[in-house]
Amino acid sequence: MTMFDLILEPLQYAFMVRGLAAAVMVGIVCAVVGTYVVLRGMAFFGDALAHSILPGVAIGYLVGGGERKPLFWWALVAAILSSLGIGTISRNTKIKEDTAIGIIFAGTFALGVALISTVRSYTVDLAHFLFGDVLGVRTDDLWLIAIFGGLALLTIIAFYKEFMVLSFDPVLAMTLRLPVRLLDMLLLILIAVTIVVSLQTVGVALMVAMLVTPAATAYLLTKRLPVMMVLAATIASISGVVGLYLSYYWSIASGSAIVLVCTAIFGLVWGMQAIGQRIRMRT
Amino acid sequence: MTIFKEFQKTSQHLNPRQRQAHEVNAPILRAESVSVRYESGTALEDVSFELNAGERIAIVGPNGAGKSTLLKAISGVQMPTSGQVQIFGHNPDGHICIAYVPQRSQVDWSFPVTVADVVMMGRVGQLGLFRNPRPKDWKIVNQALDVVNLTQLAKRQIDQLSGGQQQRMFIARALAQEAELMLMDEPLTGLDVTSQEDIFNIMDELRQRDVTVLVSLHDLKMASERFDRVILLNKRMLAIGPAEVALHPDNLLAAYGGHLHLVPTDNGMLALGDTCCEGEHDHV
Repeated sequence: MTMFDLILEPLQYAFMVRGLAAAVMVGIVCAVVGTYVVLRGMAFFGDALAHSILPGVAIGYLVGGGERKPLFWWALVAAILSSLGIGTISRNTKIKEDTAIGIIFAGTFALGVALISTVRSYTVDLAHFLFGDVLGVRTDDLWLIAIFGGLALLTIIAFYKEFMVLSFDPVLAMTLRLPVRLLDMLLLILIAVTIVVSLQTVGVALMVAMLVTPAATAYLLTKRLPVMMVLAATIASISGVVGLYLSYYWSIASGSAIVLVCTAIFGLVWGMQAIGQRIRMRT
Repeated sequence: MTIFKEFQKTSQHLNPRQRQAHEVNAPILRAESVSVRYESGTALEDVSFELNAGERIAIVGPNGAGKSTLLKAISGVQMPTSGQVQIFGHNPDGHICIAYVPQRSQVDWSFPVTVADVVMMGRVGQLGLFRNPRPKDWKIVNQALDVVNLTQLAKRQIDQLSGGQQQRMFIARALAQEAELMLMDEPLTGLDVTSQEDIFNIMDELRQRDVTVLVSLHDLKMASERFDRVILLNKRMLAIGPAEVALHPDNLLAAYGGHLHLVPTDNGMLALGDTCCEGEHDHV
């Protein structure tokens, strides 16, 4: 079998093509939004938010009697509510932000697991939500990913300079009289939408890797924000494609295969830079 | 209330031209018995003063005297608990003519932007929402870089700048903002003498442009030699006026207490104590 065949063979299956399309689109959206997650140190927030949408998904799952179509909307509502909830609680209480996030994160996640466990076939369904099922993506899922992912990207472009100012120097944003609170909320909602869009690809548990790893790799490679976004998106989509092929040929779970490729690329870049630095220090 | 304000800001950012006009006869800055109290205690108590356009003023006082808080209250970032700040006769909240030049330690220098990117950030207020920089904005940015002598480094990543260059970049950003009042938080701390002279040269240029500059600093000698007036602060405003009046030993003693005498080995403190006393002798 030639290299060509290796690449073409899986493409005869429609589920593989749909999976690839989903992985690439999700990779791009996650990486671009993830750039701000990395620059503003919100990785823990992203992880918590991904976990806290589980009860919403679970309720939708129970109400719909296992029907998967409405789950997207349940997840979307849950994600937006919890992103704003975490934002409000961490601003208005004496508890430190990461503690507040930890409390909500574990509490809502437990609630989600409890709700799903009331269904008999729960281990299988739970695994889908936790680790994703990119090969089970249907055509209307692809449309939802394209529309909402596209909206998220457009918003990032439209508010590019405002988000940049807010992330680099919040005090400047205030003295320029930008609507800082609204922009902060908008960014939280964008992260929420991104998470929901990627839910089926990598699942709740691995989500944070898609948000953070490609962006962090790009951060090592460039010192310009737009380049960082493009690089991160490229790394993420390559990881999506390579991950899916690995998952096809080696029969590994698709979500973890994608995340592992992301991690490997990060390790490679990081390692090469560390070696490069050593060499430069010696000469 | 807050939500309403946020929407007001959004609408002003959508259409920057509808911002508040300046009252012609009002002073550039008037602070009326401004107090700021945090949960941890009082930061500022009953501070009142007025500034004239084009002045260069130093704020001095011991650590924790509320220098940064005062600058933040003036910029509108920190709401006073009581009293009020007026910029050209209006609340600072609506103005984008006030620039806050941050302490260098408060910035993430590994953020992926160039010097020109940071200076362009000063234009975001005038640009407004959904508008990209026009040639006119680039012209303003390039002029600002020229004033602070950073044109050569415009494309540099910000983590490659020296301390003095970092400080000059932020002043360029304030220039690009077309600020009429610049608040500089400890701009001279940690700089060598040459870099400090660069900053003073830029301040001379700012005076030409009628920009009012309010600077917090530690060095009393510098405050007394290089500024038009000095504000002596320790939560309350103990004095304002020309250095020989404001930094009178009685005032200094009230501001710094025993500390002035307690640290004769500390270079900074010793120098300031000496200068002020020498100054006194000259006047006698």
